[in-house]
Amino acid sequence: MKEKLLEVKGLATYFKTDSGVVKAVDGVSFDLYPGETLGIVGESGCGKSVTNLSIMKLIPSPPGKIVGGEVIFKGEDILKKSEEQLRKIRGNSISMIFQDPMTSLNPFLRISTQMIETIVLHQDMSKAEAKKKAIEMLTLVGIPAPEKRIDSYPHQFSGGMRQRVMIAMALSCNADVLIADEPTTALDVTIQAQILELIDELSKKLNTSVILITHDLGVVAGMCDTMCVMYAGRIVEKAETHALFAKPLHPYTTGLIQSVPRLDKDKKQRLFSIEGQPPNLIDLPDCCPFHPRCHKAMDICRTKYPVLTEVEPGREVACWLYRDKEGER
Amino acid sequence: MSNTKPLLEVKNLKMHFPIEEGILIKRQVGAIRAVDGISFTVNSGETLGIVGESGCGKSTTARAIAQLYTPTDGEVLFEGKDLVTMSSKELLKTRKNIQMIFQDPYASLDSRMTVRTIIAEPLEIYSRTGIMKMTTEEIEQRVEELMERVGLSRFYKNRYPHEFSGGQRQRIGIARALALNPKIILADEPVSALDVSIQSQILNLLSDLQKEMGLTYIFIAHDLAVIEYISTRVAVMYLGKIVEISESKALYKNPLHPYTQALLSAAPIPDPLIERKRQRIILTGDVPSPDVERYGCYFYDRCPKKMDHCKTHIPPMEQIDENHQVACWLHVDKAKWPV
Ligand SMILES: Nc1ncnc2c1ncn2[C@@H]1O[C@H](COP(=O)(O)OP(=O)(O)OP(=O)(O)O)[C@@H](O)[C@H]1O
Ligand SMILES: Nc1ncnc2c1ncn2[C@@H]1O[C@H](COP(=O)(O)OP(=O)(O)OP(=O)(O)O)[C@@H](O)[C@H]1O
Ligand SMILES: [Mg+2]
Ligand SMILES: [Mg+2]
Repeated sequence: MKEKLLEVKGLATYFKTDSGVVKAVDGVSFDLYPGETLGIVGESGCGKSVTNLSIMKLIPSPPGKIVGGEVIFKGEDILKKSEEQLRKIRGNSISMIFQDPMTSLNPFLRISTQMIETIVLHQDMSKAEAKKKAIEMLTLVGIPAPEKRIDSYPHQFSGGMRQRVMIAMALSCNADVLIADEPTTALDVTIQAQILELIDELSKKLNTSVILITHDLGVVAGMCDTMCVMYAGRIVEKAETHALFAKPLHPYTTGLIQSVPRLDKDKKQRLFSIEGQPPNLIDLPDCCPFHPRCHKAMDICRTKYPVLTEVEPGREVACWLYRDKEGER
Repeated sequence: MSNTKPLLEVKNLKMHFPIEEGILIKRQVGAIRAVDGISFTVNSGETLGIVGESGCGKSTTARAIAQLYTPTDGEVLFEGKDLVTMSSKELLKTRKNIQMIFQDPYASLDSRMTVRTIIAEPLEIYSRTGIMKMTTEEIEQRVEELMERVGLSRFYKNRYPHEFSGGQRQRIGIARALALNPKIILADEPVSALDVSIQSQILNLLSDLQKEMGLTYIFIAHDLAVIEYISTRVAVMYLGKIVEISESKALYKNPLHPYTQALLSAAPIPDPLIERKRQRIILTGDVPSPDVERYGCYFYDRCPKKMDHCKTHIPPMEQIDENHQVACWLHVDKAKWPV
């Protein structure tokens, strides 16, 4: 068995708001192996970004607080590290790409300045060496004439080019883990295809593990080895991508897959749709949060939360349909 | 295709936004060619999908049709009459038949108005101008009827938009657009901001309404699968031009323009078995800026199949068969190529 690179165990992050406590992430666990690409999918507000910000201990506090869990990276709990140690890990061992590159690029500094700074901070290099490395990375991500373009300001680049700069920066430090939070959601499909191919190619070449957050099932289908489906702050299903698409187990996953119109389908049947909407994460009762929208809901679903359980080798699901009624296996 | 006259006919529509310079005396130094000469027809009861990447001019097209902008050039014929040159009184009357739904259900509804006021507003405006006579009770009843029709309880009448989810807000926008019993609805990315599970609810609602009320749609989206699902015909836009227009199935089965081919091949399919076997056409570079006048094919810079004369000559729109047109030199008879 391969050794785990990152192990998230029982992670819980809450936000205090005027209307109550938002349980944004409530007991999330998953493992990441070297070289693996893991997808996290789910609808808006289900806790994907908060999960990954928590892994990097980047939760704004207040109002947020990581109230439980561990994030074991190379044998040590990241959540117990000091700010000083965390700075070393961020960017160096674990790097992130955000949805909107403008939030992480400084608009007033040249691309060259920002890239060199990042590289020098994490690697033992002179400025001249760092600049060479930066140009190398920009070439790798397909920026034309990088020697000239590297001295541009972010606004002189298009959205797709800025996202490529972000990827170049994230990968320039040879991180072990790359967390990409909706890296292509703001981009057009033809640019998305460029960027995803780039992430895929570079992560394979550099043997980087990737956590890819997206709400696009098509992107997961193309890119990820394994995947987690989140709903209302929890993982409801976890499996290898092929197995999950071949036979989704959780009624939410099944519904989600059937709700998406597909280009390759000939018959124009009426789309499946999951009625209702996701629950408010404040005062969530301790039962299955999907039961009001579930057409297979049973009595027990309304009273007791189905813990994520392995039901087949490598397949975990949080649903009473796959458990006996007493709640014991 | 039937022989009846189209409901809407757009002829050589252009919408250029001036780029101005100077502080006191403004002078025009250029133009953003947001829509640069497009023509198409929409028949009664059908859905024309418009698809294309960000900035290609989809929203501008819809706004210019609805006369929210005055087009720089071209005609917009609704039931044979040109909206662009119509008197404002006649336009107000005709506009009742043409309504819009917008992308962002958060921004497009006035947050200080109750749901009742939002839906009733068009009815009240048209009652005031005397084009439509409705009593207060009739308006009240119509609002409730519309709410129920789009799947909102009438008990929510006095609530404000922020008390609703994204999908519910889009339902409010749809109810408002239906209020005047329009013939055509211009839906500008009505589901793009919604989650998939909510998106399919709204798509189903729109097709039900179309069947029941005989509505005609122009449906704008950048998601090809959504466009294919909802449309009878599809127009593909690039940099202010239509590059291909076709009956929906034919376009997806047999895309002819290299841009359409790239767009289709880039759209992910949610099935790992199929997705991982696909041959992608990966385009290089980005969409160029629409602020320069072009003399060749607008797709030239990124086209994987470009030829020399594509750079200097704009390809004409060729009729491939009854329901399929494409603007690409590859599909023009070689005898007609420029030398
Ligand atoms: N700073 C904050 N204060 C209060 N609540 C917050 C804060 N940040 C996040 N939340 C809440 O936590 C929940 C999870 O948010 P998160 O950003 O992780 O969602 P997501 O799955 O990434 O959604 P999206 O697809 O829209 O990016 C949401 O309900 C959100 O409102
Ligand atoms: N009022 C305006 N003034 C100046 N330029 C404009 C205006 N509205 C749009 N444009 C420009 O016209 C072009 C087409 O814009 P439009 O909004 O129609 O694109 P779109 O296809 O709807 O894009 P998206 O998918 O991002 O909504 C863009 O380059 C845009 O910047
Ligand atoms: Mg997020
Ligand atoms: Mg638009």
